[in-house]
Amino acid sequence: MALLSKSSKAAVSDPLMSNNPISLQVLGICSALAVTTKLDIAFVMTLAVIAVLCISNTVISLLRNMIPSKVRIIVQLSVIASMVILTDLILQAYMYDISKQLTVFVSLIITNCIIMGRAEAFAMQNGPWKSFLDGLGNGLGYGIILIAVAFFRELLGSGTIYGFKVIPDAMYAAGYENMGLMVLSPGAFIILGLIVWAQRILGNVEEE
Amino acid sequence: MHSNKYTIIFTMLITMVLAFVLSSVYSSLEEQTERNVQADIKKNILSSLGFVPSEDMPWTTENVETIFTSSITSFVIDKNGDIVDGMIPEDIDPKVDKNVFPLYKKMTDGKVDGFAIPISGKGLWGTMYGYFAIEPDGATAKGITFYKHVETPGLGAEVDKPWFQQNYKGKKFVDENGDLIGIQTVKGKVDESSEESYHQVDGISGATITSRGLNKFLLKDLEAYNPYLERIRKDYNS
Repeated sequence: MALLSKSSKAAVSDPLMSNNPISLQVLGICSALAVTTKLDIAFVMTLAVIAVLCISNTVISLLRNMIPSKVRIIVQLSVIASMVILTDLILQAYMYDISKQLTVFVSLIITNCIIMGRAEAFAMQNGPWKSFLDGLGNGLGYGIILIAVAFFRELLGSGTIYGFKVIPDAMYAAGYENMGLMVLSPGAFIILGLIVWAQRILGNVEEE
Repeated sequence: MHSNKYTIIFTMLITMVLAFVLSSVYSSLEEQTERNVQADIKKNILSSLGFVPSEDMPWTTENVETIFTSSITSFVIDKNGDIVDGMIPEDIDPKVDKNVFPLYKKMTDGKVDGFAIPISGKGLWGTMYGYFAIEPDGATAKGITFYKHVETPGLGAEVDKPWFQQNYKGKKFVDENGDLIGIQTVKGKVDESSEESYHQVDGISGATITSRGLNKFLLKDLEAYNPYLERIRKDYNS
C-alpha cells in the first residue's frame, strides 16, 4: 500500500515547485524579506511557519463542520494566532538568542497570508490528514524560497554560510568587499525577483 | 446555516479553550524564559566588561552563570555614592527605588578590573537598554553594549554593532578638571587632532536622533553614579 495516495502526494509536492506560495502565488513576501539576512534565522523561521501551518490546518480541518460560516474567518484567525503565540513562547523558552532576532516576525506569522489562505482555501474543505499534508507542503514551499534567498544574501552580504566563513581572507585582501545592499531589504527583493523570474522561465509557467 | 445561539456558544467555547491552552503553556514555560532573560542581561554585562565567549567556553546559560558568579561582584549604591548594605541589584524595584543604582564590579586576580552600569533612555523609536563599562580609574570607558532597542535596522540599530561599540573603548567621560562631560558622538569620523577627541566617538550617519538620545542618557546615567565614581577616581589617583 502506498504511504500516500496520489492526491495526498500532490498536496505536499505541488506547493514545493509548481504552485509555490511565495514565488508563484506571491504570498508571505513581507517575512521573506525580513528574516533572510542569515541562514540560521531563515531556517528557524521556516520551522516555525511549518509548525504553525500544519497545526492550524489540522485543527481548522477538524473543526470545519462545526465552525459557523458567519464567523469562520475570525475563528480561523484565533486558532492561527494562538498557534503563533505558542510557537513564540516555545522559542523564547528554548531558543532565546534566535527568538530575540526573530521576535517581531514570529508574531507577524499571524498576518502571513499563506496561513490564512491555506486555512480558508484548503482546510475548510478537506479532512485533517490531507490538510496537515497541505500545511506541510506549503510550509516547505515557503521554506525552500526563504532558505534560497537567505543563502545568497548571507553569502554575498556577509561572506558566510550558516555562520561559517566561506570567502577566504585573501579575497578581501585582494579588494573584494561584501555587498552591503544584500543585507538590506532591497537585496532580498532583487534575489526574490530573480528566483521568480528563473522559475517562470524554467517551469514554463503560463501567464494568466 | 447555524443559529445565532450556536454561533455565540461556539465562539465562546473556542475562545475559552484557546485561552486555557495558551495560559497553561505560558505559565509552564515562564520560569525557563525568565532564566533566559536574566542570562541575556548577564551576557551583556560581561561583554561590556570585555569578556568574550571562547570555543571551549561558549556562552550557554550555565557558563554565563559560572563566569558571572566567579568574576563579578554586584552591589547597590545610593545617590551619595555609598554602598547600600544587604541589597543586591535584583532587589531594586525601578518603580519605587529611584535613588539606588545597581553596580557590577569585575575582579581579576583579586584586583578591580572595571565597573558596569546599566544605561537606558530614548532613541528614535523607543527606549534603548544597555550597559556601559568603566575602567578602574573611574574616568575611562571600557565598553558599551545594548541588549534591547527598537531602532531602525541599518541606521540607529548600528548601536549594537561591534564597530560602533569599539569606538567607546578608551574614551574619557571626565575632563581635565575632573568634571563629568560624557561621551559625544560626532557627525562622521572623529578628528583625532582635535582637543575634544578624547570624549568623542564616530557617529552613525543617518541616525542623528538615536545618537543624540544616546549622548544625553549616557551623561544622565553617569551623573547618577558620579558621586561613587568621584571617590574611585580619588582613590585611583592617590
